[in-house]
Amino acid sequence: MKYILMMNCPRNAYETFGSMSKSDIQAHLHFMMNLNRSLKESGELVSAEGLADPRQALVVRAGKDGTPVTDGVFPEAKEFLAGYWFVDVESPERAYQIAARASAAPGPGGSPMNMPIEVRQVMSGPPQDLL
Amino acid sequence: MNATPTDVQAEHLLRELAPQVLGAVVRRFRDFSAAEDAVQEALIAAATEWPYQGTPEHPRAWLIQVASRRMIDHVRRETARRNREAESMPAELVAPTAGIETEQDDTLILFFMCCHEALTSSSAIALTLRAVGGLTTGEIARAFLVPEATMAQRISRAKQSIKASGVPFGMPCGTERTQRLRSVLHVLYLIFNEGYTTSVGPQLQRLELSQEAIRLTREVHRLAPDDCEAAGLLALMLLTDARRVARTGPNGELIPLAEQDRSLWDQQQISEGVAILSATLPKGSVGPYQLQAAIAAVHDESPRAEETDWPQILALYDLLQRMADNPMVMLNRAIAVAMVRGPRAGLELLQALDRDGRLKDHHRLDAVRAHLLELAGEKEQAIRRYQAAAGLTASLPERNYLLTQAARLRESTSG
Repeated sequence: MKYILMMNCPRNAYETFGSMSKSDIQAHLHFMMNLNRSLKESGELVSAEGLADPRQALVVRAGKDGTPVTDGVFPEAKEFLAGYWFVDVESPERAYQIAARASAAPGPGGSPMNMPIEVRQVMSGPPQDLL
Repeated sequence: MNATPTDVQAEHLLRELAPQVLGAVVRRFRDFSAAEDAVQEALIAAATEWPYQGTPEHPRAWLIQVASRRMIDHVRRETARRNREAESMPAELVAPTAGIETEQDDTLILFFMCCHEALTSSSAIALTLRAVGGLTTGEIARAFLVPEATMAQRISRAKQSIKASGVPFGMPCGTERTQRLRSVLHVLYLIFNEGYTTSVGPQLQRLELSQEAIRLTREVHRLAPDDCEAAGLLALMLLTDARRVARTGPNGELIPLAEQDRSLWDQQQISEGVAILSATLPKGSVGPYQLQAAIAAVHDESPRAEETDWPQILALYDLLQRMADNPMVMLNRAIAVAMVRGPRAGLELLQALDRDGRLKDHHRLDAVRAHLLELAGEKEQAIRRYQAAAGLTASLPERNYLLTQAARLRESTSG
């Protein structure tokens, strides 16, 4: 079964991250690389991506003639998607386990950041014969 | 590029030969994991060379020879690594061992290894499709919509698990053989089920997993003709797959059994499934796959939905329920009860399932309840249940179907 694990962060997280010490940043990156490598080795990784700074993000809607109308990101939004893992696992429990591991990525001073990870099942299951 | 008939024939031949070649190479070199890699390389070499140079006169021998050469290279490398003095290769590694087992047994043993209970089901599925099915890692990866590197890792880990489990390459006997055969059938059943996802993703690139499951189950049935459940599973697959074309509409939407155009059902496949089942049931060793096949046969042989022999289906579910304590069987039996004794009788049985708890948060329970409530004329409640079921399913076509059912009922109430 496939799951998407979405790592959300507060809007100032990219700035906070950028102001961490060099060794803290390296420890964090190292942790993430290890996580991705181990998911690849376990045959569970479908894909994983980190997203660019939300300050560059735009909100797009279709204009009258279907052309894009852009706007800045919602100023009221407290959280942004920072990155995601798309995994193919044996059980929901395994997806939660991976999410918990990702959530514990080290932050300032090497202590776990405990970021909230939203775990959602991807609709890829086989349909069963219906009545 | 379009596949020419010869390409297709060559591909079939390769996939048929794959387990025979692997069996021979494992027998000669003993190392399952390395042999499996060597055979995969030989298959790829054949797929690239044969279309240009023509199929060799003895394709099986050709493949064994190429795979063996790879194995000898592998063994040389390993020996050199372990022993820098470059001593000559031990003779026993190249000498073919004369086994009592036949080539047919080899293929069955391969099935047993790939579906070993030490493996997770996803690993067992992947390894079976590669080692016995003769598919490439890329083909399997595309069928399951995961990257090739991920699938390669899954297969390599599966082989490590087999190595770690220390299971020898040999035929288990007695009850263990039956037990291991059950695991094989379960893995084939899962592959068949997975085939239903073909409505998702670019269809042309996706392998027909159901067809592959049928091909492999046919093989198991041929190799273990006395096993009634292998026959039962093959019949079940044929009788279910016979409705494939009628099962989805032009936009991939699901069509329930009662509304399918029965003229689209594959009569040849139905006859074959019924014939296998009729030859098997009298043997007296009835199991769950045979009973499910028998239920599928009753549906398939009914010319119109209204003429379905529900009392017979109910009798078969009674047997099935006695055989296995399975909540899904209880759920399906409730439908049969509703069709024989009325929707209220079916709904009463669902209460037992609520108390049972094993289907808690399973969409199927809500979906069946919705259907029975609708039959009982409880439209409002049925709408709520269809919607609840839609919120729980992990299948997109199924969710769309359930939401459409709810919408249809809403409109019929307000209109």
